[in-house]
Amino acid sequence: MRGVRQIYPFTRPPELDTDKRTRVPVIIVGAGPIGMAMGLDLDLQGIPNIILDDDNKVSIGSRAICWAKRALEVVDRLGCGERMLDKGVTWNLGKVFFGDRKDPVYGFNMLEEEEQQFPGFINLQQYYAEEYLIDEIDKRELTSIRWENEVTAVSQGDEGATLSVSTPEGKYQIDCDYVVAADGARSPLRKMLGFDFGGETFQDHFLIADIKMKAEFPAERWFWFDPPFNRGQSALLHKQPDDVWRLDFQLGWDIDREEELKSEKVSERIHAMLGDDFEFDFEWVSIYTFQCRRMDRFVHDRIIFTGDAAHLVSPFGARGANSGLQDVDNLGWKLALILQGKAPARLLESYNDERIAAAKENILNSTRATDFITPKSEVSRIFRDATLELADEFEFARRFVNSGRLSIPTILDDSTLNTEDHDSFDSKLVPGSPAIDAPVKINGKESWFLKSIGNNFTGVYFARQGANAPEGAAQLEHDDIPVNTLVVSDMDVAGSGLLLDHKGLLKQRLDGQPGTYYLFRPDQHVVARWREFDSQAVRDAVARATMQAH
Amino acid sequence: MSQNTLSNPRIDDPDDFYASLIALHNGLTTEQSQSLNSKLILLMANHIGDRAVLDEMLSAVETDSPQG
Ligand SMILES: Cc1cc2nc3c(=O)[nH]c(=O)nc-3n(C[C@H](O)[C@H](O)[C@H](O)COP(=O)(O)OP(=O)(O)OC[C@H]3O[C@@H](n4cnc5c(N)ncnc54)[C@H](O)[C@@H]3O)c2cc1C
Repeated sequence: MRGVRQIYPFTRPPELDTDKRTRVPVIIVGAGPIGMAMGLDLDLQGIPNIILDDDNKVSIGSRAICWAKRALEVVDRLGCGERMLDKGVTWNLGKVFFGDRKDPVYGFNMLEEEEQQFPGFINLQQYYAEEYLIDEIDKRELTSIRWENEVTAVSQGDEGATLSVSTPEGKYQIDCDYVVAADGARSPLRKMLGFDFGGETFQDHFLIADIKMKAEFPAERWFWFDPPFNRGQSALLHKQPDDVWRLDFQLGWDIDREEELKSEKVSERIHAMLGDDFEFDFEWVSIYTFQCRRMDRFVHDRIIFTGDAAHLVSPFGARGANSGLQDVDNLGWKLALILQGKAPARLLESYNDERIAAAKENILNSTRATDFITPKSEVSRIFRDATLELADEFEFARRFVNSGRLSIPTILDDSTLNTEDHDSFDSKLVPGSPAIDAPVKINGKESWFLKSIGNNFTGVYFARQGANAPEGAAQLEHDDIPVNTLVVSDMDVAGSGLLLDHKGLLKQRLDGQPGTYYLFRPDQHVVARWREFDSQAVRDAVARATMQAH
Repeated sequence: MSQNTLSNPRIDDPDDFYASLIALHNGLTTEQSQSLNSKLILLMANHIGDRAVLDEMLSAVETDSPQG
């Protein structure tokens, strides 16, 4: 079994021994990956918070394994990205097989541009990711987890919200300005408040087996349609650290659950897939049905929903935790500015709008993949198989083959927080795109562009000569919502905050002609850019991005 | 594109093409025929390529209800 994972001890909360009510700026419900990431992000923003979890251990079932580039970048900003990268299995290639054919009918590469800190994907058991987040939380001053603290009721008023919490040693109430609900797909909070969670459950079952074996398959995502070992269904093979492999077998709708879960039956399937003469141990086996659902709104005054509590997708595409981490990225700085009195509460509407747009995109992709994998009608199945047969011979058909469109970040190009371009740029980035990474040198040391921006509004200026920031940029550092300006140069000149673009890739990727100024949000998204620096234009863009009244 | 463009005759010797199309299905089961038709539709759709034209075709054959 899964090694032995730690039990996190309950500690008696001070509230049980006093009549004085505690009030914290933010209470996060749920110590899953999303709740913990939220705690870390708010800590970085200087906002005290408490994470409440009803359990005392990490998630040990067959859950997330695929962590996408953008999610890794977010987690890196929070302090755990490199640990995940070091432990994880890096992969960029996916292959799709069909029927008896030995060669794949289709292959894809998730990393479009090399020379970035994080690859297209890593595979890492969710429990490792959670353990790294816990370790990081332990190092921080402003966030902490209370294990075995179950939230049983919630109420809110104009001034804040109150939670009722049940622990092994008694109950207490606690007040806060905002509640972040990160209590998972079954979200008790969502149910207590009576909010709906519309969508669909797919009529299909998937057997997920995590097994430990020594095997020589490459670190790639292999997906089969209608393979000889699982006729009429699909299957997936994926490598995890510690010689653990994820096998995923589509079973269909009418199945005998108990029978399918018997270890002889599962072993039989595994041997049919991988051959007879090898040994393995089971780590975990379970059967899932998948759903695509989301709430109508994520923001309900003082209570804000994130992660699986707010939106749920089928795993084909790995858009679950990966999108939840983008919720955190989006929410942390906004909540902080509101709590510091620097932005109006309606800034939360932009979280609602931006992340609902993202959830729609993820659900659309996940639903389409699920419909391709599990066709809903006879005609749909016939088209699916026709597509796969054509894919062998015709390149165009390969692009119709959908075994899951893997998580890529949502581009917030419709966001009202953006300032429209008035100049033209030859870059993939637009206002609303997350920044793209590139290697840089800082004080002679190799680093990455994404490590230098984030947490605050950051200006990135492509120097005309030397390492001088444009005139007026320094004053922006003293604004109520400060903007720090980094200077990018391809010449090795001394200067504080200088990013040496020694390979010229940052310039290329951002179309950073001399004089260009990019403004990034605290979540590293482009919010505005100009060919000429103008401090008033920057101030206007910050005001717009934080919904200040004019 | 307009209804006219879609309905303008463009194939020389229509009887011959029609016969070839039907002949393709000789001896096939309904399921095999459906599979063949699907492949044909995908090939033709890719050849046309233009999404506006394809959408117009989709709506030209769309029925209001399953009975319709
Ligand atoms: C088979 C499978 C494969 C997947 N693969 C991937 C993948 O490859 N990539 C990916 O990105 N995602 C994947 N996912 C999805 C991913 O696991 C979830 O999106 C992710 O766990 C969501 O995190 P969360 O923090 O929102 O919720 P959860 O992880 O569910 O955490 C919720 C937490 O809230 C706590 N809680 C619940 N109620 C209360 C309460 N009343 N009081 C206090 N605490 C409470 C729970 O104990 C739990 O700790 C997969 C999921 C499945 C099932």
